[in-house]
Amino acid sequence: MRWSLLLLSLLISLPAFAAGEVNLYSARKEALIKPLLERFTAETGIDVNLITGKADALVKRMQSEGSNSPADVLLTVDAGRLHRAEQADLLQPAGSEVLDRAVPAAYRDPQGLWYGLSLRARTIVYAKDRVDPKTLSSYEDLADPKWKGRICIRSSNNIYNQSLVAALIDELGEQTTETWAKGLVANMARPPKGGDRDQIKAVAIGQCDIAVINTYYLGTMLASTDPRERKAAEAVAVFWPNQQDRGVHMNISGAGIAKYAKHPDNARRLLEFLVSPEAQRWYGEVNFEYPVVQGVAESATLKSWGTFTADTINLGRLGDNNAAAVKLMDRAGWR
Amino acid sequence: MSGLVSAWSNVDGRRHSWRPDGWRVALFAIALLLGIPVLAVLRFVFHPAGEVWHHLAETVLQDYITNSLFLMLGVSLGAGSIGVVSAWLVTACRFPGRRLLQWALLLPLAFPAYIIAYTYTGLLDAAGPVQEWLRVTFDWSFGEYWFPEVRSLGGAVVMFSLVLYPYVYLLARAAFLEQSAHAVDAARILGSGPWRAFFRVSLPAARPGIIAGLSLALMETLADFGTVQYFGVDTFTTGIYRTWFGLNDSAAAAQLSSLLLVFVFALLLLEMSSRRQARYHDGANHGRRPAAYHLRGGKAWLALIACLVPVLFGFLIPGGQLLAWAVQTAPYMVDGDFYALVWNTIALAGGAALLALLVALLLAYGKRLRPGPATALVVRMSGMGYAVPGTVLAVGVMIPFAWLDNTLDGWLRAHFGISSGLLFSGTLAALLFAYVVRFLTASLQAVETGLVKIRPAMDDSARTLGYRPAQILRRIHIPMMRSSLLAALLLVFVDVMKELPATLILRPFNFNTLAVRAYELASDERLMDASSAAVAIVLAGILPVILLSRSMGRNDD
Repeated sequence: MRWSLLLLSLLISLPAFAAGEVNLYSARKEALIKPLLERFTAETGIDVNLITGKADALVKRMQSEGSNSPADVLLTVDAGRLHRAEQADLLQPAGSEVLDRAVPAAYRDPQGLWYGLSLRARTIVYAKDRVDPKTLSSYEDLADPKWKGRICIRSSNNIYNQSLVAALIDELGEQTTETWAKGLVANMARPPKGGDRDQIKAVAIGQCDIAVINTYYLGTMLASTDPRERKAAEAVAVFWPNQQDRGVHMNISGAGIAKYAKHPDNARRLLEFLVSPEAQRWYGEVNFEYPVVQGVAESATLKSWGTFTADTINLGRLGDNNAAAVKLMDRAGWR
Repeated sequence: MSGLVSAWSNVDGRRHSWRPDGWRVALFAIALLLGIPVLAVLRFVFHPAGEVWHHLAETVLQDYITNSLFLMLGVSLGAGSIGVVSAWLVTACRFPGRRLLQWALLLPLAFPAYIIAYTYTGLLDAAGPVQEWLRVTFDWSFGEYWFPEVRSLGGAVVMFSLVLYPYVYLLARAAFLEQSAHAVDAARILGSGPWRAFFRVSLPAARPGIIAGLSLALMETLADFGTVQYFGVDTFTTGIYRTWFGLNDSAAAAQLSSLLLVFVFALLLLEMSSRRQARYHDGANHGRRPAAYHLRGGKAWLALIACLVPVLFGFLIPGGQLLAWAVQTAPYMVDGDFYALVWNTIALAGGAALLALLVALLLAYGKRLRPGPATALVVRMSGMGYAVPGTVLAVGVMIPFAWLDNTLDGWLRAHFGISSGLLFSGTLAALLFAYVVRFLTASLQAVETGLVKIRPAMDDSARTLGYRPAQILRRIHIPMMRSSLLAALLLVFVDVMKELPATLILRPFNFNTLAVRAYELASDERLMDASSAAVAIVLAGILPVILLSRSMGRNDD
């Protein structure tokens, strides 16, 4: 009995709601957020308590914790999950002019429930020595029989592919997108496996000629300490599809303030810090993501890939179409 | 205590009547508590099968089932044969290198399946150094030569077999070690050769241990997520995850989970029935072990190679590769944070292992004191969590804990105007509970394997001599089961250290483990950076392996 009392008091004392801190549920992995958080603490004196995990799990956790949830900020690496948190009534408007001014309308929720913090472009890379970029044009074109056995793309389990298809559904409608997905599957060089870097490596060794990837994977490979990775990354070049129409498919990493946040002011300050020029540059320099704030200098690697037109579909639509996208890919045999 | 004393007379299993008493109530209470997470998920099963379920049945369900069955079959053959053959060779035969190998064979246990999968992919994939060397040396280009595809169903079978065979080896070896000389001697006196004696006497007698080990290995296979996801092999776990989160349909995901549990249940029944048929107590074990076969020349080489191959591919090669990566990346990956990770991991795994052992002892004794089909079933069911994918289990733990916290908080607010906040959710208590639910089977199997070997007649004799039950436990059972208890601790310790999805979801703020670190980096395809954490997991896992093996070796030779 004495033991259980001791245990109980220990447990009560653990989740301390002291001032001067902010609790962050982050789907961004520790290595890709902690340095920024440390800088935030150094600047403001506010301690950041961090849990990393998969976005879905973090959302479920917030849901079951309800009004007692310690989470102040939810940070995800795709818009669909933020939209889902919004649908589950887990977020509150940030009410920050700084954020509204800094983040373009396409990359934030109209009510300020969530904001994009960095941009991720999902584009096409091709083998420099085997593919004439003139033969490339759009995502739609990837279903053309001329690419038979030449495309590498990862599994439909991956959220970035789900979002890409969700965006296509929005643009083309479900039926056309399904026909497209079937054509894409028929063109795959191998059953989908591995991550985006794997697809780049497969292009480099000649297993396929083009691949669909998020550009920051290419950036980190170019900066890798492993010469094999650098060599693979140097064998491919970036192509920006759909430049004549809607533009390149974009996703965001973004964040929103939790509905039951115990430190809403600190949460707001954290979000505002994350769109400050300093933080925005960091995304580009360390993880080769595009800044969400206009006018922030891009890193040299990003510049080398050139400028492009980005799709400005409201990212909330990606969340709406996610389930339809997954089912469509199942039907198309996209593993 | 009086209940305990009266219970002791039941040990021979004569009385099977169903009276509620302290032990039975305790057994049921524990089983129910441990069952809560699974029930919290399965309650969705009674939702009517929706449109998503039909979609699954039409498109991908068949793949999930065939792939899962094929994996189980392959791992049974792979892990089963490696485990049994090596266990028998090191216990029944004498050949150079045997002493080293008998613990080295346990080493792959320290490898999480997803780590070995990432490592072999890095080595053998089309873009890896081996194929690159082939291409450069023979001036081939991709597609001009045949090379086995690592990331495939067959590759997954090999990966699982390599890291899971130690379960079979461990329990089979314990069973072979505990076999007395009499049966084997009799077989040999009657003219059986070593092979015949092995197949007719040693193997059947060790069957409960072998099947217990195999069912552990298969349950791990079914619950794996990281490996099959990376290899692009669609199984129940990837399907559940995708249905729950991608299709956002918890009911269909729960229906998939329950289908998975049918597989698990079949495994548990198989294991139970094998135990029932095979209650081998040696009539009069004087502790003498069968004479060993002294192997010489070619036979000794064959035995050595047979035991060396699994160690080589399950440990030395992937371990060497990881170490080579770690040497390059450690300078910037190993810092103060890293040592905190090591400490967190060891403390957490140690605590969970002890807790699981206590619960397992309680359950195993309850079952021994109150035998009967109902208790057997209840005890077996408490181990179901082992095969539930970590992600699903974590959600199952999260929901009831948060409900409890919020209800308590609401009640306190309403009656006393104070708020307790979240007492259990997001604390180590929730995490430890999840580990016990997930890994209880491992310690339960080991404890039961040890306990079943102790003849009930021995308890009776001790009772006649005036020993009280607690004394019997301390003076007789625990010393006799020492190796099994250690096995129970070790299995859970290493399992917890490798555990990932539940840790990821349930851990408190600012609390990381080595597995979390390794996985975060590896899943981002930063394999080289992940290697320091992976090496630390493996190293920490080796220590208990050595400890265990030495204690097991004590009654050897």
